[in-house]
Amino acid sequence: MSYSEKVIDHYQNPKNVGTLDKAKSNVGTGLVGAPECGDVMRLQIEVDHSTGMITDAKFKTFGCGSAIASSSLATEWLKGKSVDEALTIDNMDIVEELNLPPVKIHCSVLAEDAIKAAINDYRQKNGMEQIKFEESVVH
Amino acid sequence: MLKLPIYLDNNATTQMDPRVLEAMTPYFLEHFGNAASRNHPFGWEAEEAVDYAREQVAKLIGADPKEIIFTSGATEADNLGIKGVYEMYAGKGNHIITATTEHKAVLDTCKHIEKIGGEVTYLQVNAEGLIDLAELEAAIKPTTILIAIMYANNEIGTIMPIKEISAIARKHGVLVFTDGTQAVGKIPVDVNNDGIDLMAFTGHKMYGPKGVGALYVRRKNPRVKVTAQMDGGGHERGMRSGTLNVPGIVGFGKACELCMLDMEADTKRISKLRDKLETALLLLEEAYVNGSREHRLPHVANISFKHVEGEGLLMGFNKNIALSSGSACTSASLEPSYVLKALGLGDDLAHSSLRFGLGRFTTEEQIDYTVKAISETVIKLREMSPLWEMYKEGIDLSTIEWAAH
Repeated sequence: MSYSEKVIDHYQNPKNVGTLDKAKSNVGTGLVGAPECGDVMRLQIEVDHSTGMITDAKFKTFGCGSAIASSSLATEWLKGKSVDEALTIDNMDIVEELNLPPVKIHCSVLAEDAIKAAINDYRQKNGMEQIKFEESVVH
Repeated sequence: MLKLPIYLDNNATTQMDPRVLEAMTPYFLEHFGNAASRNHPFGWEAEEAVDYAREQVAKLIGADPKEIIFTSGATEADNLGIKGVYEMYAGKGNHIITATTEHKAVLDTCKHIEKIGGEVTYLQVNAEGLIDLAELEAAIKPTTILIAIMYANNEIGTIMPIKEISAIARKHGVLVFTDGTQAVGKIPVDVNNDGIDLMAFTGHKMYGPKGVGALYVRRKNPRVKVTAQMDGGGHERGMRSGTLNVPGIVGFGKACELCMLDMEADTKRISKLRDKLETALLLLEEAYVNGSREHRLPHVANISFKHVEGEGLLMGFNKNIALSSGSACTSASLEPSYVLKALGLGDDLAHSSLRFGLGRFTTEEQIDYTVKAISETVIKLREMSPLWEMYKEGIDLSTIEWAAH
């Protein structure tokens, strides 16, 4: 299977690899996937409390090139968005942007799940109700 | 100058030796006859060439030329050997014993036999990939007609104790079939010394052409017969109909002859390179060899790099190094290698493995390049791996409740 150029580029030059301090109240962390399934994504957002804007986003991913690229792209898209806007990121946008083949769609689903999980973590930390998402179909 | 890409997937297939191609060439153009044409020189030449190749092939495994049945490859030979025995010995019983780490050509053939009324026992293997001989003997019943255990495994290179297996089989009057695909031509295999009754092997794993292989069928002590799986002209003593692939067979014969001549020198050189590769890669933290290191093919190494996913790892260098991974993230099932799982490896380690298959044309320069490229990629991907970070923080990953999906 050959990867798209965009996947290769994100794999070779991943954006925003790293770790934010998960103890901070303005940092939301989403950890999704499982080692048994061959991919684990951790996505973190840092939110400006006063504006509700995402000021920073970081990821670390264990997985194939498409999983790495999906999370790298997600962090790029998250920065500068408000938390509410971030909720509108759909996995199919990632599929389209990265040209993911059908067997790799689960990577984009995982990235969407990671975004939602990070937002919910942030909301919970700050006394907001968790948003209930429809069960996503992964794998 | 190092030429890229580097080929280290010799368990999948090997580059043909130029000496093999040279032997084959005349049989495409000048000597194109059908080996079954008895009435003219074209047929005679072809038959003579096939007879000579049959001797070359037989010699490599210590067999008589009459015991070699040419096939289209190892998969066909696996099918013919197992299904052929099942049908031929139906009057004696319907039970076959095999192992969980066999190649799909054997496992799926056994599954087929179960569907048509046969009974199959699948033996488990230990962490090294070896079956338990006491367990094997205990599995034998009055209805057992065949033990089908591979000579050496294609993913981890573990060599099974075939001689001990056949001694047990003999004691109980059971036939022994072995898939010798990865072993023949690489290590000494002798059908009489090893007590093998049937063996499948193929040309393209030993620097010969694709599309040609053989089934060894013992003719004496005991005389073994298999029921043909294809109807036709009754070629190959009635066991495998179909016009013989003369150029392929000539190439297969030449490849066997070269393996016999070069085996000692090849093994010495290749195992040294394999050990160099392995030693260097094991310097990385949390890197583990899968399968037996003691009972192993000289050219194979299967290594897991914990907390890095195999397919992601391959992507770091697969433009320049051809390797295979035990991770199957491309398939819908996302199931990692069943062979690695049979060793008792967790899915995480099975997902983190690379299989190295060195060969006759592997050079030290290639190994040095490979070590460097893989080490760099492993380190880079671990920097990116949340599992590695947790491991470094001392978090026990098995205590984490992973999101179900």
